[in-house]
Parts: sequence; structure tokens; C-alpha cells
Amino acid sequence: MIRTPLRPLAQILHARAHGENPDSIQRENARLRNEAARDRARSRAEFRLLLLGVCFAMAFATIGARMGMLSSSVPAEPQSAASGAEVVAGRAEIVDRNGRLLATNMTTNALYAHPKIMVDPGRVASELAKIFPELDAADLARRFTDGRSFVWIRRVLSPEQLQQVHDIGDPGLLFGPREMRLYPNGRLAAHVLGGSGFGAEGVASAELIGTAGVEKALNARLSDPAQASTPLTLSLDLTIQATMAEVLGAGMAMMNAKGAAGIVMDVDTGEVLAMVSLPDFDPNDRPNPLVKGDAADSPLFNRSVQGVYELGSTFKIFATAQAMELGLVNADTLVDANAPMRWGKHLIKEFKDKNYGPLLSVRDVIVKSSNVGTAHIALMIGPERQKAFLKSLGFFEPTKVELVEAPGARPLIPPKWPEIVTITTSYGHGMSASLLHLAAAYGAIANGGVMLTPTLLKHDGPVTGTRVMRQEVAAASLSMLRGVVTEGTASLGDVPGYEVAGKTGTADKPKRTGGYYNDKVINTFASVFPASDPKYVVMVMLDEPVETSGSEPRRTAGWTSVPVAAEVIRRIAPILGLRPTVEPIPLDGLTAVSN
Amino acid sequence: MMRPAFAILAFLAVIATGFWAYRENYQTQDALRDLRDLQSEIAALRESLSVQRAEWAYLNRPDRLRELADLNFDRLGLMPMDSSQFGHIADVSYPALAPLTPNLTDAVSVSGTEEGGDL
Repeated sequence: MIRTPLRPLAQILHARAHGENPDSIQRENARLRNEAARDRARSRAEFRLLLLGVCFAMAFATIGARMGMLSSSVPAEPQSAASGAEVVAGRAEIVDRNGRLLATNMTTNALYAHPKIMVDPGRVASELAKIFPELDAADLARRFTDGRSFVWIRRVLSPEQLQQVHDIGDPGLLFGPREMRLYPNGRLAAHVLGGSGFGAEGVASAELIGTAGVEKALNARLSDPAQASTPLTLSLDLTIQATMAEVLGAGMAMMNAKGAAGIVMDVDTGEVLAMVSLPDFDPNDRPNPLVKGDAADSPLFNRSVQGVYELGSTFKIFATAQAMELGLVNADTLVDANAPMRWGKHLIKEFKDKNYGPLLSVRDVIVKSSNVGTAHIALMIGPERQKAFLKSLGFFEPTKVELVEAPGARPLIPPKWPEIVTITTSYGHGMSASLLHLAAAYGAIANGGVMLTPTLLKHDGPVTGTRVMRQEVAAASLSMLRGVVTEGTASLGDVPGYEVAGKTGTADKPKRTGGYYNDKVINTFASVFPASDPKYVVMVMLDEPVETSGSEPRRTAGWTSVPVAAEVIRRIAPILGLRPTVEPIPLDGLTAVSN
Repeated sequence: MMRPAFAILAFLAVIATGFWAYRENYQTQDALRDLRDLQSEIAALRESLSVQRAEWAYLNRPDRLRELADLNFDRLGLMPMDSSQFGHIADVSYPALAPLTPNLTDAVSVSGTEEGGDL
């Protein structure tokens, strides 16, 4: 570009020739130049503003168009996405330790009606009453015709019933899909599983919630959608559970008992392999709780966890174990066992007013089940230490097992602890605990002195517990328990090859009005096997049993619970894969023959 | 000279790509329809699988198996497991070993005349 000079020589000369001021030419030219520059700058700024405006307009138009498309389009699942392992079931299944199904879900239908679009309400009502006997035709007809527009008829339908309702063919009858909880094993493990029902209900779906047992205690885990595809694995073994239930049922009938309970627990992990309470119920059709009377008479009552009973002589081993732990006695120490023993206004007697005294070794106190001997040992220990030891064995707290009923089953502890309570507690009277408490405490003796928390969930790997007694004390206690079976009150409990060790307990049932019944007892047999290397504890309890094969009725645990427990062990030990051991011949075999 | 040829080629290319796009579109829709069918089939199969699992558990419940074992006792002879059923590996009687007599059926004939003459 040729730059126009501010003072063009031709014009200057011309101006000078005419006597004009040449500076005005320069100013004029400078003004023109400035104006041109200003015009250029303005047009550039205008262009930039326009560009920016267009950009903004495009951005807003894009966002606006996208929002409009999103709001006007129909929501659809991404069609081409690969289907993962999404869950059909809304609630996790429950399986036993070997993966056998205990609880699962089934899809079924609920039946409801829209009476406003019903063609012939009267006929529908009578047809429905034919299909479902529990429905009343007149009542249904009234509900169909009183002007309401929605009626629930049934919560679940079987496929056959569904077809029958279809065959009625009325447009006012409608079906809503439902998930139903199914317990394929029926009554087996009913008390552990509990049961389930519907929570919030709608036409399209209903929420399944647990109503008792594991189903309720672990409801949050079972209904968690993130874990719905992983089944909940219980520690129960279905085969052991079935065997226990069968033997216990037969034993209950044979011993004329009102109820029975049994527990099998692994002593090294605290896992409960079987937990039976009889009479039982079908969790698929859970009965209603009793509205009056004793809750313990309902089949819903779990005798092994909810029932707290005075557990009788099974407690004696805790007194002797503690005395040995404290170094007060050893297995051969002689203690005073001269019966009857007078303590204040109380008289402590032996079974059938026998006298095992005047002196008895600690081992024989257990083997012969001497109340007086145990009382003297307990007095050596004293109330405070006895309380502390029983507390460490878990007898002062409800069990922590994964059942919704467990926290409610609080052991009954005497409010004060004078010496007479020390004496009665030492042989299992005056304080009440559940069978599961006893199983856990015997587990501690069996596994070498470590108290474990009983659990219904399978767990892998080692578990930790708190040590409550020395290993030697546990071993000495175990050998005393073995003595109870080989030469003491539980002689019917011997199972060849499986070295059963255990302790019987016979406790009179307390009356509601105070005092004790003469002819109603709770018989317990707390056993451990095999004694040389304990693996399992087996608890058997019979409620009000009486054995009538002899000339007079017998109500001691040695005649009722012990044979039942022996049969349980005989049956389950091979299933648990325990090889029978050849026991050493006792050293005093010769003298026994010579007698 | 070049111009009409180029126009014809471009026209053909438009036709070809249009045809290709049309086919792709319909194939995609077919594939999506297949996928939908398969997914609903999978869901139905999953559901029937869970029903069959429940039925399997129901048919295998211990009470029923025990009853069946009792009913068919004369054929099956099943008894509850017992400790006497444990044995040692040494107690297993193995089938007797085959006698060590040589197998003569495939014997090669080596007989000949005493003189060793022609066979």
C-alpha cells in the first residue's frame, strides 16, 4: 500500500505559492487517516461480536435441542447391551453348608378384582367360592357390588388355581405377579428358618420380608439387591438336621414327652450343624402365634433357643472345672459328700435320698452326680468367683446366634447371690438358661477351654474365642464326663467306637405359682464326642418325659434323654465322616470280671 | 470428456451406499429383535431353572427320600449309615489275578517234521 504522506510536496508548494498555511493540509490529512483507521477497527469489532454471538446461539441451540429430544423421547432400555447375570429373584436364597436349598423364591400370582368392570359379580363370587373353599360367596358378592372399585382376593395362587380362575373368564378378575418364598424341606429346620410374609404390597409386586428366625434376623442381608444372587449359607447340615429331627421325634414319642430339643455344634468353630425343636411347624404355612396361654405350648416356640430352663446337674461340671482351674482341687481330691447337707434352713439331698459320702473324689462327684459334693466345691469357690466364671461361659447374656428370637431369650439369673444360691446354682437349680447356652459352654470344655460364639452361619477359616480355662482343666473335665458314660449315670449313652462323654441333668419343672412339680421334669443330656479328640457337642433335651418300660415310671435323664442322645450320635457320627475308634481296654477289666 | 463419466460414477456410488445403508439398517433391526427374543427366553429359562431347583429340592427332601427308601427296602436294602460300615483299604478284596498260564490261542505253529524237512 502506498502510504499517503501527511505533507504532500505538491500541495505544500501550491499552498505556499498562494500564501496559505501548509499546516492545515497536514491536519486535514491526519484527520482522514485517523478516520480510516477507526472505521477498520469498528468493522473488526463488529465482526468479532457477531462471531461470538453466533457461537453462543449455536451452543444454546444444541443444548436446547438435546433437552427437548430427551424430554420428548420415550425412555427405553439400551437394547444392544449384553445381559449380565441379573437376578430373577428379589430375595436371596438360603442354603445349608453343602449348598442344599433351604429357602428359595417362586413366581406366582396374586388375584384381585375390579368390580366396576365385572360382567356378572354374582356368578364370579360363587365360582370363586368353589375354587377357594375358604372364601364365602355371599361375602364376596357383597364386596363386589357395594361400589368399591378394587378388591384383593388372594395373595398367592397355585398354577392350577390360576387356570381355574382363568376359566371363569370374567374381565374383572386380574392377576398381579408375585414372588413367593418356598421352603422345599417343609418342617425341617422350621425354627431356624422362621418364615416370611409380604410387606408393602402393590398390584405389580410385593415386598417379601422375614417374619421369624434367620429370615427376620438377617432380613437386611437377604433383601439386599446387591447380594440377591449370592445365597446365604447357613452352618446347618440338612442330613444331620433330618437325622436329629427323626431320632428326636421317635424318642419324644417313646418317652411320652411333651416337647424335645436338640443341638449339634462343631466345637472348633461354634457352627451349629443341627438345631431341632419339637413340636415343629411348616414355615410354608406358618401358624398364628397363640393369643392366650403359654407361648411355650405353641409349635412356633423354639425350645433350643427361646426356652430357658433350669438345666440341672449338667451345671456340675462347671463347678468342678472352676475349682480345678483355681487350683483348689484336682480330680482325685476328696471332698465332703455326706448327705443330707444342712445349710441354714435348707436341706440339700441326693437323688432318692442316697448318701455317696462321707468322702468322694472330685471325679466321683461328677460320675455319681452328687449334689452335696458339688455344693461343697462351690462353697470353696465362693459366690463372686462362681458368678464371674458363669458369666465368662456366657450364662448371663442372651446368645448371639443369628435368630430374631435369640436376644429375647435372656437367662433367668437370681437377683441376689447369697451362698445358698451358690450351692443351688452349682447343680443347676435357681438359674435358667437355654440349651444353646449349655452347648456353647460344653463346647468350651470340649475344645480345650476356649469359649466360642455359637453361630448359624457357615464360616471358613479359623475362629477366635476367649480362653476360659486351662487346657489341662478342660482335659480333666472331659475325662470326668467320659466317666459319667462308662461308669456313671449315663451308661446307656455309650456308643461303641465313638467315646461319648457327657453329663445328665434332671430338673423338676417350676410351677407358675411357685415351687416345683413332683412329676414334671426337664431331662437334659449334654454330650461330647469322641472324647479322645472332641469334634462335636450333642445336646438333647426332653420336656416332661417319662419312661414306662419298668415297673415304675422313670423320669431321670439317664433313662430318657441319654438313650435318645446315644441314638443321635450313633446315627450322625458316620454321616459326619467320623471313623469309629478302637478304645483301649480299661485296666480294671480283670477285677470287673472277678466280681 | 471426463465430466460425464465422473457424474455417472458418483451417481452409482450414491446408489450403492444408499443400498448398503438400507441393508445395514434392517440387519441391525433384525439383530436387535433377535436379542430381545433371546433375552426374554433367557429370563424365562432362568425362571424355570429356579422353579426346577425348588422342585429338585422338594423331591429330594430327606423325609421323602427316607420314605422311598423304606418303601423300596426289598429292592434297595438301604439302611441308615452305621459305624460298622467303615472299613480299611486292606479289607477290600481285589479280584483274583488272572492265572499265569500262557495264552495258546494265537500260538505260532513251530512244529515240523522230526527230520527237519520241508513243512
